Amino acid sequence: MNFLAGTWIGEWLAGLGRIALLARDAIASALTFKFSRRDLLHHIYFIGVKSQSVVLVTGAFTGMVLAAQTYYQFHKVKMDTATLAVVSVSMCSELGPVLTALMVAGRVGAAIAAELGTMRVTEQIDALRTLATHPVDYLVVPRLIASTIALPLLTIESMCIGIGASYVVGVFLLGIDPAYSWYDMLKYSHDSDVLIGLVKSVIYGGIIALIGCYKGLSCGTGAEGVGRATTEAVVYSSITILVTNFFLTLALEQLCVLLGI
Amino acid sequence: MIETRELKKSFGPQLILDGVNLRIESGESAVIIGRSGGGKSVLLKHLIGLLQPDSGEVLVDGESIGRMNERQLLRVRRKFGMVFQGAALFDSMTVAENVAFGLRRHENLTEAEIARRVAAALEMVDLPGTEEKKPAELSGGMRKRVGLARAIIYEPQFVLYDEPTTGLDPIVSDSIDKLIIRVRDRLKVTSVVVTHDMRTARRVGNHVLLLHEKKIYAHGTPEEMFASQDPVVRQFIDGVADLKETHF
Repeated sequence: MNFLAGTWIGEWLAGLGRIALLARDAIASALTFKFSRRDLLHHIYFIGVKSQSVVLVTGAFTGMVLAAQTYYQFHKVKMDTATLAVVSVSMCSELGPVLTALMVAGRVGAAIAAELGTMRVTEQIDALRTLATHPVDYLVVPRLIASTIALPLLTIESMCIGIGASYVVGVFLLGIDPAYSWYDMLKYSHDSDVLIGLVKSVIYGGIIALIGCYKGLSCGTGAEGVGRATTEAVVYSSITILVTNFFLTLALEQLCVLLGI
Repeated sequence: MIETRELKKSFGPQLILDGVNLRIESGESAVIIGRSGGGKSVLLKHLIGLLQPDSGEVLVDGESIGRMNERQLLRVRRKFGMVFQGAALFDSMTVAENVAFGLRRHENLTEAEIARRVAAALEMVDLPGTEEKKPAELSGGMRKRVGLARAIIYEPQFVLYDEPTTGLDPIVSDSIDKLIIRVRDRLKVTSVVVTHDMRTARRVGNHVLLLHEKKIYAHGTPEEMFASQDPVVRQFIDGVADLKETHF
């Protein structure tokens, strides 16, 4: 593999390896339950509660535009009442988890990378280490657990508000029949759609926290280093979420078929 | 006892330490002096395992720490306290939370006992009653004192000081020197001070080591070092610049 040393592929693979090692270390540490419950609650509050406004606005307007766009296409073939079913399945299995994760990556991933990056350049991480505290135990584990708890909850909110907003737009603005729409939505939306969305959101929560922590802990020197780490945390988290989403959709759909869910 | 054997460290192509050998006995107050950018802080960070050597050994109480992983080092680091050049206080926490950090993490104490020990540590560094302040509200000298209180609260065996008086006025520097001596005498700790301040070196050390050209060039008692006629030692102690050099 020496021929890859110094090339961007080599650097990329090395970065992936380091994130994998960080994930292994963090999961092993989390399983010892040595993290502070107070820190965990603080991060759940910061990642979950404080992200609600962006997630709710994103979810609501995505549901609304999806309802309008779907209605205009379905109206041509007299399938108006299938509008909410399309919105529901999309919000549950794709748009809810992905858009929530992208918004949280922008807000929380950036904040984690900036905070840990600043701690690194001001020697606060070294200070932690001299106080016999492993940075992974103290900084990464609470954020990782909080993120994997908060993301599914935010995703459920996003699904609900998206479907609710699409109902309002469809029924009160576009004049779709409410009873048939509701009936079709329940008929074509399955437990598996919600389950797929929630499994994805747990994975995205892990991705956001791990990439944010990794970028912060490995950031370069000075303000430029922190700025770059913050940008890269958002960009890499977003790309990873979008790429992972494709493979997760294929794998989870197949899994649901196999398990008969 | 802390010892290094043939310690070598490079950052990329730049060689920083080239076979450093030193030995600091328990109870000693060692001062490492040398030019700015000469590798003093890098050497200090090797002593506590914050950096790993490219080759050579670091021994703490006879135990080699150079090849330990981060988790194995946690046990060794409980013997140490470290005061950083910029204090490195946790800026999201109050002074009391900063000082109590090590206690909360490693000792099972009641809140009342933690508060009592925090107050005692702050009293020792002449900062009583500052518990609820944030680091941003403190001056440079006060921040270093809080850093010292945080380092000594769990009564470590070794305290490392990285440029403790850099950036402070002479009066505050003097008070920090006195604190280092007070901590050394009251807690009976082994101190390792990295500085380029000759007054600090003379006052707090009973063993002075000069890091020059990536190695320990000379060492001895402060009296021996300050009376030395060696041109390199003399140049550093007298603070005489050679204008042909371009390292400033």
